[in-house]
Amino acid sequence: MSLHTMKRFDEELNELKELVLAMGSLVERAVGNAVKSMIEQDETLAEKTVERDKAINALEVQCDEMTRDILVRRQPAAGDLRFIMGIIKLITDLERMGDLAAGIAQGMLRAQEHPPRNFSNIDIMGEKVQKQVNRSLDAFSRGDTELALKVMKKDGSIDTLYKRMYRELLTYMMEDQRSIGSSIMLTNVAKNLERISDHATNIAEMVIYMERGHDVRHVDHKAAARLVKGDDE
Amino acid sequence: MINTEVGQTKININDLKLWYGELEALHGINLDIADKKITSFIGPSGCGKSTLLRCMNRMNDHISSCKIDGGILLDGQNIYDPNVDVVQLRSQVGMVFQKPNPFPKSIYENIAYAPRIHGIADKGADMDELVETSLRRASLWEEVKDKLHQPGTALSGGQQQRLCIARTIAVKPEVILMDEPCSALDPIASAKIEELMDELKDEYTIIIVTHSMQQAARVSDFTAFFYMGDLIEFGDTGTVFTQPQKQQTEDYITGRFG
Repeated sequence: MSLHTMKRFDEELNELKELVLAMGSLVERAVGNAVKSMIEQDETLAEKTVERDKAINALEVQCDEMTRDILVRRQPAAGDLRFIMGIIKLITDLERMGDLAAGIAQGMLRAQEHPPRNFSNIDIMGEKVQKQVNRSLDAFSRGDTELALKVMKKDGSIDTLYKRMYRELLTYMMEDQRSIGSSIMLTNVAKNLERISDHATNIAEMVIYMERGHDVRHVDHKAAARLVKGDDE
Repeated sequence: MINTEVGQTKININDLKLWYGELEALHGINLDIADKKITSFIGPSGCGKSTLLRCMNRMNDHISSCKIDGGILLDGQNIYDPNVDVVQLRSQVGMVFQKPNPFPKSIYENIAYAPRIHGIADKGADMDELVETSLRRASLWEEVKDKLHQPGTALSGGQQQRLCIARTIAVKPEVILMDEPCSALDPIASAKIEELMDELKDEYTIIIVTHSMQQAARVSDFTAFFYMGDLIEFGDTGTVFTQPQKQQTEDYITGRFG
């Protein structure tokens, strides 16, 4: 897209995008570190993850201020307006993702006296969710609707993984009452990861809105793909 | 929420071409103007939006080098038909200009002049009533009712513009054309005109040419974007300003033009 006649406006939009991406990379790292701290029972890493959530929150506030300034000073329209609307929603998702990652780290800290004997598929799930986060941010960074559609599509497999882990952990609890505490903690971790993936999906949906103007929030990924494809034909 | 349901068509513009001498200023415009809605014309200077507006009550007849091909139908009647009475047409299709231009007469006479010529009202109580309703419709009555015999030119710019709108309404038009009606006014006076437009659209079809994108977004139900004598995009205002279909429209309304 060509540049604005008002050059400062382009700079502001770029700065805002950079800031959102900086926030995104902190969130991505927090998710990875939270899962790692759990599996490796690394107390220091868990504490760091909880502490770093404050930086994510601070970036949320800063992004909000920038979007507010742009709204009042530039009165964006069309693609610019969709970009700003998308950002407003997107940073809320990122902030929640940060909270959920910090929640996992806090779970680790609380349960370190009686850590679970087996972590089920938390490692695999953690990896997959981290990839979802990474893809959604890449899609945002490049305005890549294909990649955004992929994120939407993959969310289903994360849900399946969560349900499977839930059932597995349930059998542990039935077998051995002493595992109830740690198993509940692990289902919470899995739930948090599943929700982080939901937020990544929200980001992907916003990318499609920002790029194409289609609201795909409450349609399945196949219908979304048809909408996006319809534009290209 | 602005109602953008497409109702009846009031004006139907059919493959309209216009030349100023050798220069083709409009290249075959096709556009339907909805009845009792506000349609805004936007586009950079020289895009033809004012030219098109002025075709709709044949203001371009005064320009000797101006030639027209194609048709404009008002309620199905071609306004360029040789049998059309232009004076009658202009009472049906009124116009408000960029600069407020009241007659150098009293406020009362500004309103009474045209109805008298058109034989809508003569004098006495009938005329008094028409003057009052016109001024009320233009939201000016309360401000001027005690000084109806003072000169119209003594009013503030915003009041003068509302006087011009009242003057237009007095001859009971069906369509009101507005050519940048707020560009000489301060934001408060502009807001009053915009509010007035919103009230008037219950009874009149309004077409407004504006350079303020925000004004078009605020007041209109439909927006037409023109560029170099072509109609590039036409649609309901909400869509045009959030999801324009053409790159040129997007570039213009986001300030990426030229």
